[in-house]
Amino acid sequence: MRLHVVTGKGGTGKTTVAAALALALAADGRSVLLVETEGRQGIAQLFDTPPLPYEERRVAVTRGGGEVKALAIDAEEALLDYLDMFYNLRRAGRALRKMGAIDFATAIAPGLRDVLLTGKIKEAVTRRHDGRPVYDAVVVDAPPTGRITRFLGVTAEMSQLARSGPIKTQSDGVMAVLRSPQTAVHLVTLLEDMPVQETADAISELTKADLPVGSVIVNMATEPVLPADGLALAARGRLTGEDLAPALAAAHLHGGPELAGALAAEVTEHAQRWAGQDALRDEVEALSRPVVELPLMTGPMDLGSLFELAARLEEHLQTEVAA
Amino acid sequence: MTAAPQPEPTQRPARAPRQPRPGPVAPPMDLDALIADPETRIVVCCGAGGVGKTTTSAALALAAAEAGRTVVVLTIDPARRLAQSLGLVELDNEPRRVDIPGGAATGATGQLHAMMLDMKRTFDDIVAAHSTPERAQQILENPFYQALSSSFAGTQEYMAMEKLGQLRASEQWDLIVVDTPPSRSALDFLDAPNRMSRFLDGTMIRLLMAPSRAGFKFASAGFLLFSRIVSKILGGQLLRDISAFVAALDTMFGGFRERATATYELLRRPGTWFVVVATPEPDALREASYFVDRLSAEGMPLAGLVLNRTHPPATTALSATRADGAAEEVLEAGGPGAELAAAALRVHAERMQLAAREQHLADRFTSAHPEVAVRTVPAAAGDVHDLDGLRSMGEELTGPDGDTPTGTPRSRVLPARRR
Repeated sequence: MRLHVVTGKGGTGKTTVAAALALALAADGRSVLLVETEGRQGIAQLFDTPPLPYEERRVAVTRGGGEVKALAIDAEEALLDYLDMFYNLRRAGRALRKMGAIDFATAIAPGLRDVLLTGKIKEAVTRRHDGRPVYDAVVVDAPPTGRITRFLGVTAEMSQLARSGPIKTQSDGVMAVLRSPQTAVHLVTLLEDMPVQETADAISELTKADLPVGSVIVNMATEPVLPADGLALAARGRLTGEDLAPALAAAHLHGGPELAGALAAEVTEHAQRWAGQDALRDEVEALSRPVVELPLMTGPMDLGSLFELAARLEEHLQTEVAA
Repeated sequence: MTAAPQPEPTQRPARAPRQPRPGPVAPPMDLDALIADPETRIVVCCGAGGVGKTTTSAALALAAAEAGRTVVVLTIDPARRLAQSLGLVELDNEPRRVDIPGGAATGATGQLHAMMLDMKRTFDDIVAAHSTPERAQQILENPFYQALSSSFAGTQEYMAMEKLGQLRASEQWDLIVVDTPPSRSALDFLDAPNRMSRFLDGTMIRLLMAPSRAGFKFASAGFLLFSRIVSKILGGQLLRDISAFVAALDTMFGGFRERATATYELLRRPGTWFVVVATPEPDALREASYFVDRLSAEGMPLAGLVLNRTHPPATTALSATRADGAAEEVLEAGGPGAELAAAALRVHAERMQLAAREQHLADRFTSAHPEVAVRTVPAAAGDVHDLDGLRSMGEELTGPDGDTPTGTPRSRVLPARRR
């Protein structure tokens, strides 16, 4: 697997997961490119580096001399690149930008922006140096689930719209890479109704569009704090302050029935939330895709926590390869 | 590491011990008065994706209807179950009356209508309204128009704005609550109409039309180059489709810009209020910050920030540290139920830590925007997907301040630090 596309509903943490996946794939001396497509500079924030230019920059080093480079793709720059590469028109392109023509061109053709982005991704995946691929893997922090099929399928749409010309040729090449077995589209979800629903919808859309679906990554999963019997009792709403008061009193904890009641209320909410999440695990299983759970990290996300998540993903990737 | 040679310690005057600084306190937000006020005609809920804009819009609309107003809520992309509970089973791009059970019993005279935006249909309607039937047919069948109306980035925002203008012009409702499209950036909603009208009305598209009007003689050299590049990249066919579309659209020019400007102005008129929605997370609050700055730059009225899905503890009598300590003591004392009680104390400790983190983020927002009113809405145990859920969220949004179980004002997650 060379190209990993990471999508998910907004707020599920797909940028974090994409970054952790890039670290996991870069272990043992491999070289990975992490691509940002939405211009939010989320990757720079995660790795605590200055905003990324339109240039491949190293953001992390992994064990065994591996490295993760990051690239924030900018549609305008990609278009200038494209003009330069195919028509030797970079200077003309710059003049056009002054006229607002580039803005216009990326706006006029629906999806031209997405074509430029996916085109750049394809270029990175297939780039070779001295006969071997420059990157062992490319990880894309892609648009959210609601737009993912259109984003990846846009070149197909585009080749219908532009029935001739180099865009058509370019589109066909991009689609060939995206639909090949070396690509996987991973879906990040939370154990919440909406994200799970959107994941299910996205899987059926992607499948219909002939795009290869990879794993479902359950992010921010929590473990119950309570013992199983207490958890079940509280989830049914049967736990009261009276169940807790004697043990609290035995430890000479002041606060009386009021404290016990408040604790029971918090425990009930905790248990009910957990029960709700656990029920959604069944729905995630029913999607019949490989599933990996990443734990909820407390505190701000830093490189250390990213490596922790990466270790979980590495384990998952290994079992997937073995299976 | 070796220690650098230390300079001789010099005598400094003793400093007074640091006084605990009071946390910033945001002004409370009175949404109850806002939605009940007959002067309030439009409420726009905006914020980053996934923060609960749709639910907030629907909850506010329901609360306003129950306060006696005739309300329509324009939703963009509601969750399936929420849509069903609002009776939005089909996308017909027209408001439908929502049956509020128990509405009659409370003697409420208000009405709730709800609709889901169909952007393609809204666009088609504009085309039909602004051209002759034959022209409209030409436009609707143009492949470039079809792509533009269903997938142009910003079409959804533009059409939401357009629909808002239509609803307002119909004078059928005395309050319109608008949910904004789930875009990457909350600002897209404000920028899209202008981008769209600039695009449809702009120099470039006029130049593209020039060949069909007056031949190439007026076209500049720059344009010829541009045209050459466009046909190189996109192929001649697309360029012809665009030209045909633009020619057919000729009659509508000016109309687009006028409409977009009119709706944009509507948002600045008295009677319009913006409610910014965020969750207590860094990204969502950063987005909310941008939006607040933008609204103030544009002179658009901000009602305040709804901080959605907070986790206030049921008691603040026991700090996280003390709760963790107490959990150990309870286990040591043993006896029946000790394990459960210790777990309950650990649940509380986690809850206190989470609430402290959320309060910290809210405080940072308030430090940067001290004038912005804040209302917190605790996370319900599950997702809101029925009228009862909307009603209880509405109560959280509009209920009186300061009556939470812990006595904490609703502008905060935790009680304010004392001076």
